[in-house]
Amino acid sequence: MLSGLREVGRAVLFLGQAISRMRLNKNQVGETLRQIYYAGARSLVIIVTCGFFVGLVLTLQTYDTLTRFGAADAASTVLALSLFRELGPVLTAILFAGRAGTSITAEIGLMRATEQLDALDLMAIDPMERIVQPRLIAGLIAVPALAVIFNMMALLGGVFFAVFVMGNDPVSFWGNMQNSVEFGRDFLHGVGKSIGFGFLAAWLAVYFGWSAKATGEGVALATTQTVIATAISVLILDFVLSAFML
Amino acid sequence: MKSSNQIELTAGIFLALAIAALVFLALQATDRGVVSSGGYQISATFTNIGGLKPKASVSMGGVTIGTVERIELDPQTFEARVYMTISDAYSDLPEDTSASILTAGILGDQYVGLEPGGSPVPLQDGDQVLLTNSAMVLEQMISKYLLGGDSQE
Repeated sequence: MLSGLREVGRAVLFLGQAISRMRLNKNQVGETLRQIYYAGARSLVIIVTCGFFVGLVLTLQTYDTLTRFGAADAASTVLALSLFRELGPVLTAILFAGRAGTSITAEIGLMRATEQLDALDLMAIDPMERIVQPRLIAGLIAVPALAVIFNMMALLGGVFFAVFVMGNDPVSFWGNMQNSVEFGRDFLHGVGKSIGFGFLAAWLAVYFGWSAKATGEGVALATTQTVIATAISVLILDFVLSAFML
Repeated sequence: MKSSNQIELTAGIFLALAIAALVFLALQATDRGVVSSGGYQISATFTNIGGLKPKASVSMGGVTIGTVERIELDPQTFEARVYMTISDAYSDLPEDTSASILTAGILGDQYVGLEPGGSPVPLQDGDQVLLTNSAMVLEQMISKYLLGGDSQE
C-alpha cells in the first residue's frame, strides 16, 4: 500500500521534472514527428482492425437487444454514442498501451540498462529533453488521432453490418444517428477524454521505462507494469472525466 | 530502416488522416451543434411538469427546434418554470404560442410541444409563454377516472 503510494508520488515528481525541463526548438519538431510515426502511424493496423470489428459486433449486439424492445431504429444512435463517448477513447488508450506504450517503456528501459541515458548526461544533453519530451508530446497527439480513426472504422463496421448483413436502409441508419448525436456533448467530450488518456498513457510508458531497474528482468517488469497501470488508470480516469462531463 | 524523410512523411500522412476523420465525424455524424449553438430563451410555467428533464427537446409540429435549459419551482406561485432555448432559425414564433408537455410514445421521453398561435408579434428573448398545458400524470388520471362518478365535474 505504502510502496504503491510512493510509486505514484515518484511518477508525479517525474512528470513535474519532465514538464519543467521541456524546451522548444526546431530539432524537437522532427524528433516529435518521428515519435508520432513510431507510436501513432505504426499502431494504425491494430487500431483499424480492432475498430472495424468492434463496430461490427456492437451493431450485431445492439440490433439483437433493441429488436426485443421494438426499438431497432435506435441501433445507430446507440452505436455512435457508445463509440464516441466511451469505447473509442478507452479501447484506443488500452490498445495504445499494449502496442506503443510497451515499446516506449522497453526502449527507454534498455537505454537505462545500457547506460545510454548516462552517456547523454555526460555529453551535456538533457535526456529529459531529448528522450522523454518528444515521446510525451507524441502520445498526447497520437492517442486522440488514433481514437478518431478508431471511431471512424467502427462506424464503418457498423454501417457495413447494418446495410449489407441486416439489409437496412443506409440513409435512415445514418440519419437517425445524425439527429441524436450532439456535437458538443457527445463528440467533443469523447475527443477531450482521449486527449487525457493519451497524456496518461504516454506519461506512464515513459515513467516506467525511466525508472526501470537496469537489468533485463527490470525492463521486462517495467513493460508489464506499463500495460497494467495504463489499463487501470485509464478506466479510473474515464469514470472521473465522465462524471465531470455529464 | 526507413529514411528520416519517409518517417516524417508517414507521420504527416497519419496526422492528416486523423484530421480528415475528425472533420468528417464532426460534420457528418453529429448534429453539428445546430440547436445548442445559439438561440434565444423563453420560459413557461406549468402546474405539473411530470417527468420533464433538462436537455429534453422542444418541438413544434414534430420538428425539434430547441432544448429545455433548466427547470425550477417558482417560490411564490409554486408552479414549475421551464426555461427553453429556441434555435435562432425559428425567431418568428408568434407571441400567443402555447406550450404543452407531451410524451413520445407510451413509454417515451417527455418533451415540450409548442403550438403556434396567430399573433403577428413574435416572441422575444426572455419572453414567457402564457398558454400552457401541464403533463398528464397517470396516477391523477386513474384517480379521476375511478372517482369520476362521485366528484362533480
